[in-house]
Amino acid sequence: MRSAWLLLAVALAAQADDRRSGRNTMSPALRAMQADDTQHPAQLALALGREQWAAGAKSCASCHGEPDKLRGAATRYPAWDHGLIDLPGRIQRCRVRHQQQPAWAPEAEPLLALSALVAQQSRGLPLQPPRGPELDSAAAQGQRLYTTRIGALNLSCAQCHDERAGQRLGGSLIPQGHVEDYPVYRLEWQSLGSLQRRLRGCASGVRAKVWDWDSAELLALQTYLARRTAGLTMQPPGVRP
Amino acid sequence: MATRAVITLPARIKAGEAFEVRATVAHAMETGYRTADEGTRLPRDLVRRFECRLDGELVFAADLFAAVSANPYLAFWLRAEKSGELSFSWRGDKGFEHRETRPLVIA
Repeated sequence: MRSAWLLLAVALAAQADDRRSGRNTMSPALRAMQADDTQHPAQLALALGREQWAAGAKSCASCHGEPDKLRGAATRYPAWDHGLIDLPGRIQRCRVRHQQQPAWAPEAEPLLALSALVAQQSRGLPLQPPRGPELDSAAAQGQRLYTTRIGALNLSCAQCHDERAGQRLGGSLIPQGHVEDYPVYRLEWQSLGSLQRRLRGCASGVRAKVWDWDSAELLALQTYLARRTAGLTMQPPGVRP
Repeated sequence: MATRAVITLPARIKAGEAFEVRATVAHAMETGYRTADEGTRLPRDLVRRFECRLDGELVFAADLFAAVSANPYLAFWLRAEKSGELSFSWRGDKGFEHRETRPLVIA
């Protein structure tokens, strides 16, 4: 009887939420690669991240202690702190303000490595982006962008990732477009990449004008996407095809 | 930036039983066939040889060539009867050399 109730509860939960993380729709080989830390292609980046974490007189470690003190931090981005800010943006701000070092270029190797290291600490936690009036309006703007047709191909994000998720584009599966595993190691990139890189890649894929790094549009889209994914378990850094 | 390598050994290794070693080193593995944005040829820069020694005795080696990807990842199997020290070395162009050692503890 109890197991019947449990089954019913699981069935109801499954019905209520048909969101699936991209890592659960990948091929078994890729899933194994992400699940096994010793096979994970981001392990060198994580090693660099740990090196960066402790580097310099005013290192990350000198304020934050061990990286695992930041468990849960990555679940709360993008956030509002005198402007919209995502996790790599927060690391940049910390570097400029507190470490008094020049900011890294977008997608710089050490920046991605630190983002991956901080995000890794939140493995197994649900993504819980914060709320607030500014964030709400950013998410609304992001949702408008998500559903607006752009580019020469005249496609919106929603047309692929909501309406046609699970179908195929050429040989590849169209994922639901969840953001719980970023930064991800994409095999096509042969490197780690941020969510902004992913979104810029999508924009250029539909032949649209590519948004600038850290532009209001990209951050708004990220805010909306985080809410769309909210509640799914994070396993960053991810592996994607 | 110092060269980074990640080496993984199983947590428990039994005497006489094969175990898997996984090793990767951060290296661009520039083939010498690519051109930079300005059109100049990017010079070849490869890891040429990987060696793994157990207490000085060569137990695994690999010659690497231009077709091997960046951050070459090698997984191979070893069998040992007694504990010792595993040393790993990567050598390549432009005097590239990186060494790592790991204790091998037989349970």
